[in-house]
Amino acid sequence: MKFLEYQVKERFRAAGIPIPDGRLARNPDEAALAAGALGSVVVKAQVPIGGRGKAGGIKLARTPVDAKRAAGEILGMTIKGYTVREVWCETAQEITRELYLGLTLDRDARKPVLILSAQGGMDIEEVAQTHPDAIAKLHPDPWRGPLAFEVRDLIFRAGLGPLQAQLTPLVTKLYALGRTYDALTIEINPLALTRDGGLVAADAKLEIDENALFRHKDLHGADESDEDPLEAEAKRRKLTYVRLEGSIGVIGNGAGLVMNTLDLVEREGGHAADFLDIGGGAKADVVHSALELLAGDPRVKGILINIFGGITRGDEVAHGIIDATRDLNLKLPLVVRMTGTREEEGRQLLKEAGIPPEAGASAAARKIVELAAAGTSRPAAAS
Amino acid sequence: MSILLSSQSRVLVQGLTGREGTFHAEQMKAYGTNLVAGVSPGKGGTTHLGVPIFDTVADAKRETGADVSGIFVPAPFAADAIMEAAAAGIGLIVCITEGIPLYDMVRARAFVEDAGVELIGPNCPGLVTAGQAKVGIIPNHINREGSVGIVSRSGTLTYEVIQGLSQAGVGQTTSVGIGGDPILGLSFSEVLRLFKEDPATRAVVMIGEIGGSDEEAAAEAVIGRNFGKPVIGFISGRTAPPGKRMGHAGAIISGNTGTASSKVQALKRAGAEICDTIEEVVAAAGAAVDQPSSAAHR
Repeated sequence: MKFLEYQVKERFRAAGIPIPDGRLARNPDEAALAAGALGSVVVKAQVPIGGRGKAGGIKLARTPVDAKRAAGEILGMTIKGYTVREVWCETAQEITRELYLGLTLDRDARKPVLILSAQGGMDIEEVAQTHPDAIAKLHPDPWRGPLAFEVRDLIFRAGLGPLQAQLTPLVTKLYALGRTYDALTIEINPLALTRDGGLVAADAKLEIDENALFRHKDLHGADESDEDPLEAEAKRRKLTYVRLEGSIGVIGNGAGLVMNTLDLVEREGGHAADFLDIGGGAKADVVHSALELLAGDPRVKGILINIFGGITRGDEVAHGIIDATRDLNLKLPLVVRMTGTREEEGRQLLKEAGIPPEAGASAAARKIVELAAAGTSRPAAAS
Repeated sequence: MSILLSSQSRVLVQGLTGREGTFHAEQMKAYGTNLVAGVSPGKGGTTHLGVPIFDTVADAKRETGADVSGIFVPAPFAADAIMEAAAAGIGLIVCITEGIPLYDMVRARAFVEDAGVELIGPNCPGLVTAGQAKVGIIPNHINREGSVGIVSRSGTLTYEVIQGLSQAGVGQTTSVGIGGDPILGLSFSEVLRLFKEDPATRAVVMIGEIGGSDEEAAAEAVIGRNFGKPVIGFISGRTAPPGKRMGHAGAIISGNTGTASSKVQALKRAGAEICDTIEEVVAAAGAAVDQPSSAAHR
């Protein structure tokens, strides 16, 4: 779950991480009011994605009239698929230096990692590649968190020794906030050093671990319904779905198997329209829901279902497929490949319903690519 | 011979009385696994699937001598279950559960390391030593005894390989699913080192996928350094777009890291044979151990 800048900054303020004074505006008049109260402001589009500045979603406004105009231009803009519905107007800072401070998970070290850099304001992965020496890292013990001396050491290694008195509490607070919210990433970029010598979070990013949402039920992140409507619908159906650019609908169980199915479709000369993993132990209703989702996508010219049962049972999947093809009156070409736990029962059910299953994954991929290309519709199932 | 698990292993299941725990523990028993106990807090003193249930892992270990645990408890409690097993001194912990919060896992992982025990998973299908024992959810009927070791980040793709090999008459020593999460117990490198030392394993199939750099690390640190056995590699997600999480929490290309081509190149450099399809994997593994593989060319 991602958060908008102002949502993160509210949490920064509560945690004692300094932020510029700011106000949220949902229309140009509110932006003018904000500028009237704050003076020179930066008007910033609130979207849960990077690259706002380049897209024209950040503008400096010196007067309320400027702010009104800037907000008028930014509100309603579409930035990488997200419509801007709110702008955050905050006091313009006189920035003398831009730093970077972030917390994320380091897969290789299997630990959280705090990252501090004297080169802020740009993409940290880019800095890591072009100037690896400009980045200092600390892997705090996940049980006790970073100790003060470890944080000081991090700051000195980043070449920011003169700022250590101000930076140490900031690093500690950011870590605590990240832990509290199960952050996959929490980032201040840039962390701005201002003309008066203060440090302030000029931007803020937070993405929390979806697996941990059960303990953050009170949190409301960014509205991500602007992302692809199919992905949003899949989310409502609690399906693991990723929209791709092709025309073959793919459903399977297990991430690796579905990824391989996409690769096989490509190899046979087709292109998958999606990645859809019904997961382990899926019941008939999940299969039904998955088929319904793909059947509603006009780009889909044929559907390939690839099931290898471990925790998933073939008979359950077969029931879902049979019910869905009947309920949806599905006319698209459909190829099913099924093996694994309770495959005999599942395959028998499918045969009886007029959907003879394929034995091999490559053969099934070849068949659906052929059928979709030929535009053949599926023969009506025996009822 | 085999790695990690054998017919001598004394297996307990945490979450045995639950729906998934019951279904899969029955399958494990049917495969011949020496299931000695179950742990379900509050149900101690009862019996389920013919084995005693204990309230704690420590009790189960003391009373039954269990040395391997399979974990089937729901995600919010799974990290605690892992640590309970580690604290009780269970030598091999296999966590099947998917969806464990990552901060829970980094803590559990550190705890397991301090306890000096091994963890497989989470979000994994577990492991099978063909003809001897199984902990996890790999279907029973697909395994066949032989000399190929399998290590994989995927569940269902592992089954594909096992079934393909068995149908081609190529058996396995141990098949290990290490899991699809970003924070895992045993990595490719560690499992490959075990296969290297196992005299019964004559070739290894390694099934990787996009995301992270575990495959690259294993290529450099293990496969490229006098591994001494053929390694057949396969990477799924070659057509996956960057920045999208492909089902597994760990399957995401971020920036330039985690791409299929980076993994394929590292494995090739290290001397592994890279295959494009599971059928090719089966044929290559069959050739490597010099057993009939005609069925692989269907």
